[in-house]
Amino acid sequence: MHAIEIVGLVKVYSVGFWRKRPKCALHPLHLNVEEGEIFGFLGPNGAGKTTTLKMLMGLVFPTSGSARILGRDLNDPGMKAQIGFLPEQPYFYDYLTARELLEYYGRLSGVAGKDLSARVQSVLGRVGLPDVAGVQLRKFSKGMLQRVGIAQAILHEPKVVFLDEPMSGLDPMGRREVRDLMEQLKAEGKTVFFSTHILSDAEALCDRVAVIHLGELRAVGAVADLTSGVQGKVEIVWEGTVVPTSIKTIGATCHVTGDTVRAVVAEESQDLVIDALRRERLRIVSLVPVRTTLEQYFVEKLKRSEKTAGSLA
Amino acid sequence: MNNRIACIASNTFREAVRDRVLYNLIAFAVLLSGAAILVGQISIDIEKLVVINLGLTAVSLFGVVIAIFVGIGLVSKEIEKRTLYTVLSRPVRRWEFIIGKFFGLAGTLVVNAFCMAIGVFGALLYVAHKFQKPDGWVLVALYFIILQFLIICSLALLFSSFSSPLLSAVFAFSLFVIGTFSEDLRNFAAMAQGMTKWVATAVAYLVPNFSALNVISSVAHGQPVSSQLIIFNSLYALLYSMMALCGAILIFQRRNLK
Repeated sequence: MHAIEIVGLVKVYSVGFWRKRPKCALHPLHLNVEEGEIFGFLGPNGAGKTTTLKMLMGLVFPTSGSARILGRDLNDPGMKAQIGFLPEQPYFYDYLTARELLEYYGRLSGVAGKDLSARVQSVLGRVGLPDVAGVQLRKFSKGMLQRVGIAQAILHEPKVVFLDEPMSGLDPMGRREVRDLMEQLKAEGKTVFFSTHILSDAEALCDRVAVIHLGELRAVGAVADLTSGVQGKVEIVWEGTVVPTSIKTIGATCHVTGDTVRAVVAEESQDLVIDALRRERLRIVSLVPVRTTLEQYFVEKLKRSEKTAGSLA
Repeated sequence: MNNRIACIASNTFREAVRDRVLYNLIAFAVLLSGAAILVGQISIDIEKLVVINLGLTAVSLFGVVIAIFVGIGLVSKEIEKRTLYTVLSRPVRRWEFIIGKFFGLAGTLVVNAFCMAIGVFGALLYVAHKFQKPDGWVLVALYFIILQFLIICSLALLFSSFSSPLLSAVFAFSLFVIGTFSEDLRNFAAMAQGMTKWVATAVAYLVPNFSALNVISSVAHGQPVSSQLIIFNSLYALLYSMMALCGAILIFQRRNLK
């Protein structure tokens, strides 16, 4: 059973005041997310990430298509008790304290009594807010609110956690903590589905990612598979500060840093470079093929899809 | 009431309290004590009439203002601030949210009216020095005012489920005003001819009949309220509120929360 199963989900909005015209926010989306994986949903702003998440949460109704979470229908309250959701830039009832808010959400999720108090205390500690449990949310910073948002999403120990831009508004330490938390959730066997446009986070965390742009799914797969394409170049690092003339003449880009030199050359020139370094008795530290980063892959995909969209228009 | 509805209702009540909605009680207390002292000095034998009239009208007006201005934001504010997202992504059905909000606001208004009622009876005791049997009808008038609140709450929720707060306020307040004169509207419909008669009759029966719920004047004169009117008004308010709530639920069930 898939944790999330999306079959041809489409969302078309009507825009305009007098003369309504359709605007497709999401083209047929087919996507499966396996249980226990961290899945990154990547795309620039306005790509359709939040629309997809809202449809999965039952906040927006799909124009066509269907989706199932943990094998159950999106409107099934039993399923909803097993999922957690952090919306983008969350806003909470600011007249409540952090503890009151979590108790409220806990009760709505069916947690009650002593179990609820214990869970609230534990989850506040988990997101780094144990000392401000009694403080009203109107006094919280944006980063603290984001932490409260994460706390409410995991409070009832859901099996699948949906996080919309979870790193938004967090400082580097906060981002690190959220990354650790997501890894903990995975270690506990939970499925994490998160949308982001911060690619370093996705690269560091995700088992698999999907790239969405202009409402269309552009790619889906393991990060390693998507970024495994070599660029036909190698990076050679050697000791010293000397760059042999023969290496300069083959057009290598060289950077001297401290007592090492780093050169990127075409694959077919790598033997020439090695020979030149041996002749000069320079010690080679490393030789690795240059791989595509997720960011390069992402930018490339976006450019390609924009070109396609432009040519179709 | 299920747990989730109770939870949403208590949170709505807590919001009203923390947003200082009940501070209106201070204004009410000042108004009533001022009036009681003043009429005690200038009126002869009509102190009770003035205090009951003024007190119950104030209870009604304060409550209506709260019902409209809090009610119109119950759904739209949650959508605008996106607090609804984290509620509806839980095992909460949309109808449970609407009903919970209704009970929360109705509870706030009942508590508010209860506190004000204590004030009215306090003022009565101050001017008359003792309670008499006909003063019991004041409780019936208060009950009718609460029924009025339930109708306005459900209407405010209905408008809030599809409209902006400003338009909702305009709709709800207009209906309150028209409803207050619904008896006159029915009389006009009875006298009108042709198409006008049909339209006036339709409007007269569509708008809430607040005239029947207003017994302040007769109660102030010590006149009793018939048990038939109590039963009729109770059923009417229940049915009208239920219909408005059903409308709110039907609209909200289909609404995309963009």
